[in-house]
Amino acid sequence: MTEPITGIVTPIRLDYRYTPGASTSQFLRSIKEGKLVGRRCPRCSKVYLPPRGGCPMCGVEFAEEVAIKNTGTMVTFAVVNVNFANRAVDLPYVTAEVAFDGTDTTTMVLLKGVAPEEARMGMRVKAHWLPESEWDYSLVNIDYVEPIDEPDADFESFKELL
Amino acid sequence: MRDVAIVSFAQHASRREESRNEIEILLPVVREALAPTGLTSQDMGFTISGSSDYLAGQAFAFVQALDAVGPWPPISESHVEMDGAFALYEAWVRLQHGDIDTALVYCFGKSSPGDVARVLSLQLEPYVLGPLWPDAVSLAALQARALLDAGQVTEKDLARVVARSRRNALGNPYAQLRGEYDEASLLEEPLYADPLRMHDCPPVSDGAAVMVLAAGDRARELSEHPVWIRGIDHRIDIQAPGSRDLTTSPSTRLAGQKAGVTKDIDIAELHAPFSHQELILTDALGLDETTTTINPSGGALASNPVMVAGLVRIGEAAMRLQAGEGHRAVAHATSGPLLQQNLVCVLEGQS
Ligand SMILES: [Zn+2]
Repeated sequence: MTEPITGIVTPIRLDYRYTPGASTSQFLRSIKEGKLVGRRCPRCSKVYLPPRGGCPMCGVEFAEEVAIKNTGTMVTFAVVNVNFANRAVDLPYVTAEVAFDGTDTTTMVLLKGVAPEEARMGMRVKAHWLPESEWDYSLVNIDYVEPIDEPDADFESFKELL
Repeated sequence: MRDVAIVSFAQHASRREESRNEIEILLPVVREALAPTGLTSQDMGFTISGSSDYLAGQAFAFVQALDAVGPWPPISESHVEMDGAFALYEAWVRLQHGDIDTALVYCFGKSSPGDVARVLSLQLEPYVLGPLWPDAVSLAALQARALLDAGQVTEKDLARVVARSRRNALGNPYAQLRGEYDEASLLEEPLYADPLRMHDCPPVSDGAAVMVLAAGDRARELSEHPVWIRGIDHRIDIQAPGSRDLTTSPSTRLAGQKAGVTKDIDIAELHAPFSHQELILTDALGLDETTTTINPSGGALASNPVMVAGLVRIGEAAMRLQAGEGHRAVAHATSGPLLQQNLVCVLEGQS
């Protein structure tokens, strides 16, 4: 009796030269210089960070660039108790969805400076950037956000982002 | 069957797009296609796209690309991991249901970020042939060799196809490769993948195309010159290239019969990325070049945005009928390795 073949390995590798597009390239160039830059939709006025190609609600190209503040509202969060590959972070940690002031979208960042059980939706936070020498074309330049001494944002003000 | 017509078509001028992403390429093309109809994407009864995430190596690129049509509030929407021509087929079927009258078909493809000839290897069966990584150009060369060895065509025939493609493309602002070439000097070019020369192969193109379909009276309201889909059919040959006769295309022949291809075709737009494939298709559809204008746009040899070039064939044929260049046209689109899957569509202008 021959052994049945239950699996074969066929390696696959493809190399790409990724093109992020005009809006995202502008965003990446700005973040390399320590600035958050979003784009406003000319129709619905919403500001996207990072901007991709156009407003996904309206299907139109973005208009002007908008400088985004380093402060924002944590609209929701998750307490992570399981470590992911390549994440050298002490457990448990908090992953936050932050709407930086001036945007109508959220960005996923790490929350530090507060015990996980203290994290609250609506908490006001501030971006803590990596040292300038480490800045790259990446959102990873924002090392984490930490709470600031401001009253929590009203739920009504951010519920649309959930 | 409900009569369905192409009421509008727009395409992106093919080239390597270094600075724009898929959404940025699509946005103006969607707008251009919608403009003459006075409709918005929200007015569409159905929206469908054709694309492949493997081309630019970006998972769920087809979801991101939806941004280009502004799908809010939510729209009725679908996607095929195939050329836009096959998306058109699904839209045509959807319009047959009778409850909607309009459909938007769009497609896009960025081949330039990757090695497209290698990317296309992944459509082969993954157990025996796929792991050998035969790239698309090498496979096409095997097919061309089979055709030459069978004595069905000569290298001069291939050169004639290329020269005509480049010459016709002179009149096509969306084409990538155009110019006057004589057959003799084409044959002096070095071999690239024996027996194919570089000019027997398509250029690497990034592109997008968008089409608006409408049924019955709605089509007549939306356009003064709707182009009617009189027949549409697609058929598939066996996947493994080693298991079929590569010199012929039974699926194209059958699809052509089912779609109603007859002798009185004025214009044919055939999706043949390689020169010899046009000869296989012409034969399978029974077209006679003395009475039918073949690939007046220059075809896929002049610009080959993968996932787009098939819908462009249908759009090009429709626009020529709309302009009064003929009464009846056939458009063909292909997918899969070596003309494995073929869609044939018969179009008629307003009579
Ligand atoms: Zn908008």
